[in-house]
Amino acid sequence: MADTIALLGRYFGVSIRAQLQYRASFLLNATGQFVNSGIEFVGLWALFDRFGHLAGWTFAEVAFFYGVVNCTFAIADALTTGFDRFGTHYVKTGDFDRLLLRPRPTALQLAGHEFAVRRVGRLLQGLIVLAWATSALDIPWDAARVALLLVTVAGGIAFFFGLMVLQATLCFWTTESLEIMNVLTYGGVETAQYPLSIYHVAFRRVFTFVVPLACIGYFPVVAVLGVEDPLGTGRVFQALAPLAGVAFLGLSFVAWSIGVRRYTSTGS
Amino acid sequence: MSQIEVQNLAKVFRVAERRAGLAGAFRGLVDRRMRDVHALAGVDFDIERGELVGYIGPNGAGKSTTIKILAGILTPTGGTCTVDGLTPWRDRRRHAARIGVVFGQRTQLWWDLPVIESFELLQRVYRVPEALFATNRDRMVELLRLGPLLDTPVRQLSLGQRMRADLAAALLHGPKLLFLDEPTIGLDAAAKLAMRDFVRTLNREEGVTVVLTTHDMDDIEALCERIMVIGQGRILIDGGIDELRRRVGNERVLIVDFEEGGSLEVLARELDGAGLRDVRVTGKRARIAFDAGAIAPAALIARVTSRFGVHDLFVEHPPIEHTVADLYAEHGEGDA
Repeated sequence: MADTIALLGRYFGVSIRAQLQYRASFLLNATGQFVNSGIEFVGLWALFDRFGHLAGWTFAEVAFFYGVVNCTFAIADALTTGFDRFGTHYVKTGDFDRLLLRPRPTALQLAGHEFAVRRVGRLLQGLIVLAWATSALDIPWDAARVALLLVTVAGGIAFFFGLMVLQATLCFWTTESLEIMNVLTYGGVETAQYPLSIYHVAFRRVFTFVVPLACIGYFPVVAVLGVEDPLGTGRVFQALAPLAGVAFLGLSFVAWSIGVRRYTSTGS
Repeated sequence: MSQIEVQNLAKVFRVAERRAGLAGAFRGLVDRRMRDVHALAGVDFDIERGELVGYIGPNGAGKSTTIKILAGILTPTGGTCTVDGLTPWRDRRRHAARIGVVFGQRTQLWWDLPVIESFELLQRVYRVPEALFATNRDRMVELLRLGPLLDTPVRQLSLGQRMRADLAAALLHGPKLLFLDEPTIGLDAAAKLAMRDFVRTLNREEGVTVVLTTHDMDDIEALCERIMVIGQGRILIDGGIDELRRRVGNERVLIVDFEEGGSLEVLARELDGAGLRDVRVTGKRARIAFDAGAIAPAALIARVTSRFGVHDLFVEHPPIEHTVADLYAEHGEGDA
């Protein structure tokens, strides 16, 4: 484990140095991400300015949901460039062979493909929103709250990481990355920016049991905010919900190994 | 136990048949016709530690399939294969730690990194202890003259330089078995010679087993004591260069420099007899191709020297390309 983390650190160090060689590109990308998600947030603010609240949720509360999911996604996104580009960079070119020739898990090597520093733009924007929402809501930061927030973010990173692994896994069959997976990644982020309780019950079930987006966003964040869940869930469930993200990641790795087996039996 | 043991190895690929035209492509989306391609149809061989084996065959004969299976990146359909007691595709990671692989067409290095950083990353990937890494790295840098290249990003290297760096990268963890897939492809003459020298040194001095696939018969002649020829998914010949030659007609060429220019007619009339295949005269030199099984080289030489004034003569083997091309033709293979 320590060895694995050390290797990942090494990969990331190399990758970061490579990216900083192209300084202008990095600065523009990071700024672009910051502005892009910033505009999204301005849209959110305009909405609340007009209607005041959303099904009982105040602007600051929704901003908190927004901040958590954006920070989470920014980190997961930075870690998964290798999976995002898997089809064109590895399957189509046959370069996946190169990963198979090395004595390490293929998923580990792909995670090491790049640590996308430019995602810092979205992360920064998410953190600013989170800081503002925290002060507006006057959240008392006790140890339990901090711990739960960290667990939530960790579970969320695992969840989005799992989505990217699934997206890459499909490439073993389709070669090219499927745009349809963006519905779950980017669509997922958009969805989780709003409290789950505003959605139709069918959506709520899907986002809880199939694609457990609510388990790494809505449920634990309700507990961090310290409000009652209009959907009636209890604090224990809310605190344990982020584990669903880890389970999701585990399942995605099972799918991944099936994909690798397919690749090694067809050779393409 | 041999280092590599391969028994009855078979690989069947199921491929979708392509239909012609755009309409065909759309039909193919819903109604796929699949076809079985037998890339390997029962391959057997053993390779001992320290051997340097040339593995040749026409495109599509199964060379790459065999190498990919031996390297652990492809699972066969049938048969068994062990390398140092491991089954490559079942023990992929343990196996990968013990072998080195170089694909001539594809680099193992990181495109944007200086060579030395690629090496240091590989050290971590292969978990090579610091002292061993330093020894191996210094030896490779010396043997492959990599010193001036270490700080250059891989993308700026020439093909020859990149191949040298790739060879070093494949050997930093000290594998005792090296697979080279067309290592001299695209290299200029000097780089080819340097590559061969290095492979020979590695094999003779360090005892590294080398399995080499190539289309360059000079590589084979320069390096390999043993050759395996594959065609249509089967091993056609497994033996020394001499054996390969014997199998496809025992042709030799006698080259004679006469003291005076002779005419072809006189020579052909005088040398009329069994075993002669082709006689050509240019100026004072004659090239006489003959079957060494039908007429002994010494007998032919005696006959020539007894009738003509000879300044110099020598017997040569036909280039191995011809031998191999004949063999492929015999088995209805090859692009030619």
